[in-house]
Amino acid sequence: MNIKKIFILLLLLSLKSVYAKSVEPDVFVQSTVNRASAILTKSISKQDKMNELKLIAKDTVDIKGIGLYTLGSFRKNLSESQKNEYSNLFENYFLKTFSSRLSEYTNPKIEVIDKKVLNKNYTIVNSVLVGTSERPEVKIDWRIYTKNPNNPLIRDLIIEGLSLVRTQKEEFSSILSSNDGDINSLFKVLEEFIVK
Amino acid sequence: MFKNLILAIITISLVSFNAYAGSDGELNLSKEQPEEIKDCFEKLNRVTFSFNQKLDKTIIKPVAKSYRNLPDPIQRGAGNAVTNLSNLITIPNNILQGDMRTAIINTARLALNSTLGIFGTIDVANKLGFPKYEKEDYGQTLGAWGFGPGCYFVLPVLGPSTLRDTAGSFVNVVGGDPWYNASFHGNNEFLSEGLYTGSRILGGIDFRANNIESFDNLENNSLDFYASIRSLYLQDRENKIKNNQQGNLEILYKDDDGWEELENQ
Repeated sequence: MNIKKIFILLLLLSLKSVYAKSVEPDVFVQSTVNRASAILTKSISKQDKMNELKLIAKDTVDIKGIGLYTLGSFRKNLSESQKNEYSNLFENYFLKTFSSRLSEYTNPKIEVIDKKVLNKNYTIVNSVLVGTSERPEVKIDWRIYTKNPNNPLIRDLIIEGLSLVRTQKEEFSSILSSNDGDINSLFKVLEEFIVK
Repeated sequence: MFKNLILAIITISLVSFNAYAGSDGELNLSKEQPEEIKDCFEKLNRVTFSFNQKLDKTIIKPVAKSYRNLPDPIQRGAGNAVTNLSNLITIPNNILQGDMRTAIINTARLALNSTLGIFGTIDVANKLGFPKYEKEDYGQTLGAWGFGPGCYFVLPVLGPSTLRDTAGSFVNVVGGDPWYNASFHGNNEFLSEGLYTGSRILGGIDFRANNIESFDNLENNSLDFYASIRSLYLQDRENKIKNNQQGNLEILYKDDDGWEELENQ
């Protein structure tokens, strides 16, 4: 086998590998909810469930991006060290709320029903949390960031038409506005929540 | 009593609105859609919100929990009956928004459920495959006509609202709600002010009972519960005005510049 053949073989293999890794957003969402559902049905403590859910969130959610986005215009006034401190606090805060919210559910069944490609960066995946005798069906849409098709990331959840990221952004904005835009006030609130 | 309460709330709201309007000369109840809804009376709103939370914790939530202990058919029947009555407000609003088809469907729904459905306690129309029922009100109609929401404020007992939505509710008590008219002004021995008030309270309890876990979860995970509720209420109203229960992506991501800015960093 000459060098040329080896090169072509390597090229084909690498192309195949890239192609194989590309993940469709709806498959990505279904796979993510299946992973979460498997954890929630396990016979382990709530704290263990929360810890495992946090690992899934780290894998699949653009936590840093959401954190910076939710700061809105206040982001522009931060120094690099403040941004780092904020990103660290936000990640801890996000993971705590994410896992705490999800761990309330036992055996949730989420079915992906459709998807809509908005542009090369975003796809909306539509799903439903299947209703039970105790709760009605809930529509959940996922805003998936697809700039890197091999590594799609969740950037928002829209529950019955209500955006969690927009709510988060307006919540942070309210805290900052009522404290004259002082980022330390938000740091303090986040720290208090994390240790609560 | 309830009538007086409503009138008192509206009077307070209008007085508050005038105070704001006089302060900068800008009326938000106009056909211009504001970019951001102003929380003109935030300090007062937070006090009212706090009062509502205390009321909820001491009375409304415990009652809602007890209500949830009632047998399922009773809860479902009560919820259906209250929803059925809301058709009386939804139908005129379907017409005012030019949606004649839905008005006809909802009229048929009301007729079927009120008769075969035994005063609305059984949702016969749903069983017959009618389209999913979507409530409409005068606030939504004003929004559909292009009126902006005006200032956000929190009403005692009744909760979040905007100037437009409160004006819409006012229409109910000046002739826009046939159920109110028949109960308060009708010459009918079967209907009374108490029955109307009871139906409104039942509607509130039914809503609260269906959302106990959701509110608990939201409260436990919020850094500023007041701001979260405000955001969710305003998003929900925007969706309802656009008749887009899935959420309108153009509205949700109207300020998407933030993401683009992050991409370019």
